[in-house]
Amino acid sequence: MSGVLRTEVAIIGGGIIGGSAALFLRKRGIDVTVLDTAACGAKASGVNYGGVRRQGRALEQMPLAQRAHAIWADLPGLIGIDGEYVRAGHLKLARNEEDLAALEAYRAHTRGFGMNLELITGERFRRQFPWLGEAVIGGSFCPEDGHANPRLVSPAFARAAGRLGARVLEHHAVTAVHHDGQDFVLHVGDAMEIRARFLLNCAGAWGNTFARAFGEDTPEESIHPLMMVTEPLPVFSQMSLGIQGGSIYARQVARGNCIIGGGRGVNTDADFARPGRANIATLLANAARIMPVLANAHVIRFWSGVEGNMPDHNPVLGPSGTTPGLFHAFGFSGAGFQIGPAVGEVLADLVATGRSSIPIDAFGIARFATPIRVPAAQPLPAGPHEETT
Amino acid sequence: VRAAEALVAAGLRPIVLDEAPRAGGQIYRQPPPGFKRPKSALYGSEHRKADGVHRTMDALAGRIDYHPQALVWHNEDKVLDVLVDGETRAIPYTHLILATGATDRVLPFPGWLTPGVYTLGGSQVALKYQGCAIGGDVVFAGTGPLLYLVAYQYAKAGARVRAVLDTSRMADHLAGVGGMLRAPALLAKGLYYMGWLRAHGVPIHNGIRPVRVLGEDRVAGIVWRDARGRERQIACDAVGYGLALRSETQLASLAGCRFDFNAQDRAWLPARDRAGRSSVSGVYVAGDGAGIAGADAAELAGERAGLALVEDLGLRVDAARTQDLEKRLADIGRVRQALERTFPFPTDWAESVPDDLVVCRCEEITAGALRASVANDGAREMNRVKALTRIGMGRCQGRMCGAGATELLAHALQVGPEEVGRLRAQPPVKPFPIRVMSGGKP
Repeated sequence: MSGVLRTEVAIIGGGIIGGSAALFLRKRGIDVTVLDTAACGAKASGVNYGGVRRQGRALEQMPLAQRAHAIWADLPGLIGIDGEYVRAGHLKLARNEEDLAALEAYRAHTRGFGMNLELITGERFRRQFPWLGEAVIGGSFCPEDGHANPRLVSPAFARAAGRLGARVLEHHAVTAVHHDGQDFVLHVGDAMEIRARFLLNCAGAWGNTFARAFGEDTPEESIHPLMMVTEPLPVFSQMSLGIQGGSIYARQVARGNCIIGGGRGVNTDADFARPGRANIATLLANAARIMPVLANAHVIRFWSGVEGNMPDHNPVLGPSGTTPGLFHAFGFSGAGFQIGPAVGEVLADLVATGRSSIPIDAFGIARFATPIRVPAAQPLPAGPHEETT
Repeated sequence: VRAAEALVAAGLRPIVLDEAPRAGGQIYRQPPPGFKRPKSALYGSEHRKADGVHRTMDALAGRIDYHPQALVWHNEDKVLDVLVDGETRAIPYTHLILATGATDRVLPFPGWLTPGVYTLGGSQVALKYQGCAIGGDVVFAGTGPLLYLVAYQYAKAGARVRAVLDTSRMADHLAGVGGMLRAPALLAKGLYYMGWLRAHGVPIHNGIRPVRVLGEDRVAGIVWRDARGRERQIACDAVGYGLALRSETQLASLAGCRFDFNAQDRAWLPARDRAGRSSVSGVYVAGDGAGIAGADAAELAGERAGLALVEDLGLRVDAARTQDLEKRLADIGRVRQALERTFPFPTDWAESVPDDLVVCRCEEITAGALRASVANDGAREMNRVKALTRIGMGRCQGRMCGAGATELLAHALQVGPEEVGRLRAQPPVKPFPIRVMSGGKP
């Protein structure tokens, strides 16, 4: 595509955040164009672990997580597929009494958000989860949390938006962006210019690159979560596992494969990530200790991806501090999948009404604000050419 | 083996990591110790070459560090991860020669998952390594020189070969003969196998298309369409099937080598110069793992890559020898072109595949699911198809299903196979159990 394209809202990034924002904007009948440097939902949104969990989130994320929980309840109605979404529960494990105390404190802290957490220990814990190892002594169970297949769910948001009339431009990397006093002006190479009244920065690990273009610098950094999957095994559990302290998380899909994450991969450069040898050993050791049932299972693939991380592990979400009409939603710090649809709805509300009915003040970009001077029409670094899966 | 020999001759001491229990690769694979069939029976007309490779390896003992049954499952930052004796070890390197070989190219047809259907290469390995036949009444189908060789070897070993079904036409064979004259010995061998099979009453049908395998729990027969379009069938209890070979390239991919599309192999292959240098300094590729060229070429290319490594270390090599190797490799390359004309790829394969055919047997994904990802989800690239359908996500990680999936995707998009990308390689190259690395720090 070439020439000048006018749109009401331009969205940079077609992952679960940008895709759901586009979807909720179209539900409001607002003209929207999604630009993705590669295929929608193929980066962190599509290669993450797939946990759909509220348990473990910081208190300030609870309203978003609660709203997202309601949206996920009718996933097929929203995106047209079930995405292998199951509400089989999330069990957060404790290795010792200290962990248990932390889980108990978290339960007390988050009461009232409808998670119905239950601490399971002792005899009952062993009886209920005989496939867990001696290394864990109990856990906090959130019955309505679960997991889904991110490879299917995330791209489906942009696709559903497309069916409702959103312009979805895949393999369109935004190479430069500025506000000319009237419109946001986005360049896709030399060939294409997009003019928009509103701009949503949903660029994930590349979000800060676009924030900087508007004079807002944040300490976002890239992380590369390490993931692996086993061959299909007899199904022993459908729930999703986590652990206090976060060193490992695991789920088994209906087909029997176990998907296990923990630790970090390594980056080869800003845009690529690979599993990384040292972390592979740690992950395998942790997996065998916590789930001895997996000791003889074969690993068929390791992978990693590129995710944006903020120092306080909360996203940047809300209006720009420098540029009216610009809204940020990036840096989800490895926990954007579950809340993604609610974030999309919030962004649509912000564009349409200027307000969010869900409290998002804790996520404002101002908390990091270090205003910088922007050279005029600064070209952006070229986007990533290859995503990791 | 030939690469190691060249390195040792230059005074180096290489580590040789071999996935097999004994040296020899696929073509000159050695049976387990104690098996008594003579080399002339195991390797036929090639037994002297086989013996040469085995003897060379024996002579290198003590001058190389040889690790049989060693699975190299990862390659990152100039360190190999190797599973050997139930443990995984990290082996750092300054230089790496990848001679990873090939597997059969599997382009499935209905019934291919019926017990009793084997690849041609698998059929040959069973016979060569274990002295086992895949069945008593066997049909061999597909195309390529291996088709006739395996049929001949089976018949010689006493199996009843019910038919040889070749997708290439007589016209292709005639078109290829001119080029094959460059390799009179190879041509003579091929004609000999065909003649021998005919003389021993084995029907050979050309220009066929396999239609389906008959039988539920076990192969009961095969239905095929003959050159005139008539459906025919023949009873058998096993089928050996294969359409040439595909290179094993994961370790080159993990090393970060640049890949180019090779139209002849219809596959992405590591880019290399004539000596076998990849795009990554210190990494060399040789043999069928770098592009299908056969056993003779593998010996030459292995030696050439070894000499390239020696040259790159600043040591002297015999320039006449390297030129001779390159010339002979180029000659074999031209023969390979003629072979491709003789046994062409059946370009109508993708369109013949019904929607309900399982293409990816690990994940049990059908051709229809792949086509739906194109039609409904706009998939137009292999990694996207993988993400949306799970093709290539199972145990084989696309090693077996990738070629077929590529052809199907290209056909669905009405583009060439070079237009649909290639599956990114991820470790492990082959699956391994979690327990082998559980000794890491918690």
